[in-house]
Amino acid sequence: MTKAAKLIRVTYLGLLILALIAPMLGLYPVFVMKLLCFALFACAFNLLLGFTGLLSFGHAAFFGSAAYVTGWLIKSQHFTPELGLLAGALASGLIGLVVGAVAIRRQGIYFAMITLAIAQMVYFVCLQVPFTGGEDGLQGVPRGALFGLISLESDTAMYYLVVAIFVASFLAITRIVSSPFGQVLKMIRENEPRAISLGYQVDRYKLLAFVLSAALAGLAGSLKTLVMGFATLSDVHWSMSGEVILMTLLGGVGTFFGPAFGAGIVIALQNMLADKVGSWVTVIIGVIFVLCVLAFRKGIVGELQAYLRRRQR
Amino acid sequence: MEIFGIPHQAFLGQLLLGLVNGAFYAMLSLGLAVIFGLLDIVNFAHGALYMLGAFAAWIMLDKFGVNYWFALILAPLVVGVLGVVIERVFLKRLYGLDPLYGLLLTFGLSLIFEGIFRELFGVSGQSYPVPELLSGATNLGFMVLPNYRAWVVVVSLVVCIGTWYLIERTRLGAYLRAGTENAKLVQAFGVNVPLMVMLTYGAGAGLAALAGVLAAPIIQVNPLMGSNLIIVVFAVVVIGGMGSIMGSILTGLGLGIIEGLTRVFYPEASSIVVFVIMVIVLMIRPAGLFGKEA
Repeated sequence: MTKAAKLIRVTYLGLLILALIAPMLGLYPVFVMKLLCFALFACAFNLLLGFTGLLSFGHAAFFGSAAYVTGWLIKSQHFTPELGLLAGALASGLIGLVVGAVAIRRQGIYFAMITLAIAQMVYFVCLQVPFTGGEDGLQGVPRGALFGLISLESDTAMYYLVVAIFVASFLAITRIVSSPFGQVLKMIRENEPRAISLGYQVDRYKLLAFVLSAALAGLAGSLKTLVMGFATLSDVHWSMSGEVILMTLLGGVGTFFGPAFGAGIVIALQNMLADKVGSWVTVIIGVIFVLCVLAFRKGIVGELQAYLRRRQR
Repeated sequence: MEIFGIPHQAFLGQLLLGLVNGAFYAMLSLGLAVIFGLLDIVNFAHGALYMLGAFAAWIMLDKFGVNYWFALILAPLVVGVLGVVIERVFLKRLYGLDPLYGLLLTFGLSLIFEGIFRELFGVSGQSYPVPELLSGATNLGFMVLPNYRAWVVVVSLVVCIGTWYLIERTRLGAYLRAGTENAKLVQAFGVNVPLMVMLTYGAGAGLAALAGVLAAPIIQVNPLMGSNLIIVVFAVVVIGGMGSIMGSILTGLGLGIIEGLTRVFYPEASSIVVFVIMVIVLMIRPAGLFGKEA
């Protein structure tokens, strides 16, 4: 094992331990849970942008519609939480299948515009259909009991479920990316015409990556509903799509841990600033966007990795 | 008199409103297409620039007593200069990179503008009065035509056709089109390409601002007016394809009219009809109606 790989492993282990003892350190559990939900969302998004090279500007559609599906099923249909989460992820995976099938007909910049436009359509649908509660959203979604046995009403129980789901999803993404399938995705990112000429059915790979990313983004949205107890229009709004791009960009596109790190920074920033500076939060987010694109396109984790690599030589 | 069971005054009214919206789509998608052609950047800030144009007109009237007619010239100039600054300070650092970075940067810029104006003026709209000369309506016999809306359609059409003429029929336009095809070669022939790029972005920004000034008396001037519009304009651009100037104009107008008609027959779908059409077009003709590439 190389030195770098060892370092990474130690870091992950440290983070896992930190996550497990966080409630005992006096960190506000709901905040950490929210952070982990968005970290999962960003990691799911990165599966598409970082490892397949497709910039979706409409991931809020998956995050938000899954949030609604889970909220509605649990609140009105009395689903148990695990079924609610599963249904949310499945629903967003299905929406991803439809959206992806349309969007992959174009590449690059058009792909971004198409996903943005379709997500806006999803937003308007969510605004109008009866079961989302329109402008008010779905409020007071109960957490219920896991498998009908373990009550999630206590923040501690809920917290460990969130950590478990995040870790499992993170490992799944790592596994997907390092699988032969993931290698093909990277090839598509680097040189699509070449992948086609080598006989790969590029569209199928892209579509599957899109569906996986959408389903995981949906899982994040469902989990958020369960944690916070509500799903609102801001979950499906285009600004949410923008936020997840920012988290990924800030942390490091195409790195494993970068998006989660970026999500942590953005959520913490919003948490600290929200009640102090009002609309300036939007301005600050805009400024970070501009700085990221101009000054450090690799993101924080990406730059760190590049630095470590330089030092090793 | 009724058309398809709808009172014809309501029908024609919505049709006119659709035409007005279509005129804005046309002007904005035109600017996007020209900027994309030369800079290889999809200008997300186009909506924000449109919003800035409307706000510039409103501030001029409210704070300095500058009337509509001067604002119609001044606001696009001010925003055009801002566009030049944006190009010099930010965009020129991105040339040669993946166009996605341009989209992200301009997205960030539009968040900044939107946030600043939201902080300064709140989210509720400011109303801008219709200029006296254009207030009221003309009875055409078969319908009552609000003068200002007719004016907006006429001005937008003149501007669109003018831009088309400039690009497709003049020497300057020939440089522009050549620059779109191969900037390096044009530069080698002695044309100052960086200057041309800078002015193109400025002109595109001015065009967006002009649309904003025209829109100000029709809709409430508010910080979010741009971002809601730009997403629809993106769909318009995907439907039309960014290959042809005339294509952008026709697609914009056509979609505005279709949206207006949807508002008559099935109002619930009026906010999504453009997106639905986009999906259908992508299934049948992925390059867009007027697009060239496969």
